[in-house]
Amino acid sequence: MSTGAGPDIDRAVKVQFPLLERSVHGRPIVYLDSAASSQKPTAVLDAMDDYYRTVNANVHRGAYEIAAAATEQMEQARADVARFISAPSADEIVFTKNATEAMNLVARSWGGSNLGSADAIVLTEMEHHANIVPWHILAAERGFEIRWIPITHDGCLDLTDLDRLLDGAKLLSVTAMSNVLGTLNPIPRLAAAAHDAGALLSVDASQYVPHLPTDVGELGADFMVFTGHKMCGPTGVGVLWARMELLDAMPPFLGGGEMILDVTKEGFRPNTVPHKFEAGTPPIAEIVGLGAAVRYLEGLGMDAVRAHEVSLTGYALRTLTDRHGDDITVHGPSEPAQRGGVLSFVYRDVHPHDISQVLDQSGVCVRAGHHCAKPLMRCLGVTATTRASLYVYNDTSDIDSLAEALDEVGALFGH
Amino acid sequence: MAGLEDLYREIILDHYRNPRHRGELECPPAHRSEGFNPLCGDEVVLTFEMDGDVVTDLRVGGYGCSISQASASMMSAAVIGKTIDEIRDLTRAFKAMMSIHEESIGGDGSEALDGAADAAGANDGALRLGDLEALRGVVKFPVRIKCATLGWNALATGLDETAAGE
Repeated sequence: MSTGAGPDIDRAVKVQFPLLERSVHGRPIVYLDSAASSQKPTAVLDAMDDYYRTVNANVHRGAYEIAAAATEQMEQARADVARFISAPSADEIVFTKNATEAMNLVARSWGGSNLGSADAIVLTEMEHHANIVPWHILAAERGFEIRWIPITHDGCLDLTDLDRLLDGAKLLSVTAMSNVLGTLNPIPRLAAAAHDAGALLSVDASQYVPHLPTDVGELGADFMVFTGHKMCGPTGVGVLWARMELLDAMPPFLGGGEMILDVTKEGFRPNTVPHKFEAGTPPIAEIVGLGAAVRYLEGLGMDAVRAHEVSLTGYALRTLTDRHGDDITVHGPSEPAQRGGVLSFVYRDVHPHDISQVLDQSGVCVRAGHHCAKPLMRCLGVTATTRASLYVYNDTSDIDSLAEALDEVGALFGH
Repeated sequence: MAGLEDLYREIILDHYRNPRHRGELECPPAHRSEGFNPLCGDEVVLTFEMDGDVVTDLRVGGYGCSISQASASMMSAAVIGKTIDEIRDLTRAFKAMMSIHEESIGGDGSEALDGAADAAGANDGALRLGDLEALRGVVKFPVRIKCATLGWNALATGLDETAAGE
């Protein structure tokens, strides 16, 4: 895989995303909200359309040709996803509805059978609500302690007290990349510290897997969750990866068809991993679409995707600062190599809702709000931020449009 | 197509830049009511004093976007000196102006929305919304309606609690 493909990616990729051809309010769309959901390339749309037009049948049941083909396509996608994150076995890939459901699965199944009132887990102040609320719900039932790794003023984890926080804890659950600040956390270091303390490491990789080459072994994770729709795939499918030994020992999450070997009036025997965790008819077309997304990203090369985003993030930081100076403050690490392409910013004292409303008139799509990270908002001392987030189809013209449209915000709300 | 000028009327921006009755009254004797928008974290804190059934003073605290802040500011100017019943009528008229009918959202939205707002305006009879009419354009931006009604809902809750407490 080439690492110097940034400029090539600029030119060739955008046209592969049909939605990016449309206009909004008479202006070409400038899509800068990929941290919320990415756009989909033709390859993914075609794969899903083709599945419904030529293959559609339920999986793991019928002996007839198209049922076998549907099963094969779904299992091929499982193998594709496993390869994409360098998982030792495709059987360690559990399909869920989204990353949130995957994290709830970890909390409910692993946490429900391993955490009691004498135990503790460790989270961080920069977590998405999906990696906070499942633990709050479980802690309310089982009474374990939740400890918090604080953040520094520049939006990194403050690891000063890490050993003390991990002492006696059974799990550290942390985001690999902040969905608000773009901060890339030192996962291998956190894995080593957690394992030294006898704790497991769970990684929320929703913002990481779509943007960086991922190897679960190198990261040192025990559990990792991510979602399809942020990585060029469809909504409705997410992934839990975990070490087979852990998945084997965990009780089922949801009950129903597919997740059983046998059912009697007295009880049931659970199916093998991963089917034990996949009750009911899965989102087959979505899984097929996710497989196509993975192959699409592999075709671009994840090293090239990362190189493109580092370069574009650097351009964005320079352009916004050059044009708007003291009027703009971008949260998070200032060095592009230490962050992803997620730019949360404050512009003068204009409220994020007003900023995104004005930008929308120029076709610029950005996020305004707390980004499902209210504890982090409190740490930053704000109620909301405006967030522009980049992906492989963005280019410097998108950044220029953002910087230009901010002038109109200044004109309207300037004091 | 709805343009920004429909949303950000000059009078709204004026209330945003120079909010009226900003601050907080001491409780008690004043009553207190809060409104919260979980979507964006915006918060409005109202404190108001009553004499009989008349709101004699009201202050607006909290933080939020231009629409929520301007709407609360305009509301404060409109309700001080009015009775609870008068304020409830005004609130009804304002919320009618802010209401959109689901069938209006589908097709060519803007004209239907104009119609809905006009009908709501006509229905308020003797009530005059005055400056508050400037917020009518918010209806064309459905995501922002909750911003405009934040302060009004907080006041309605506060007045209900006050009335129930007597």
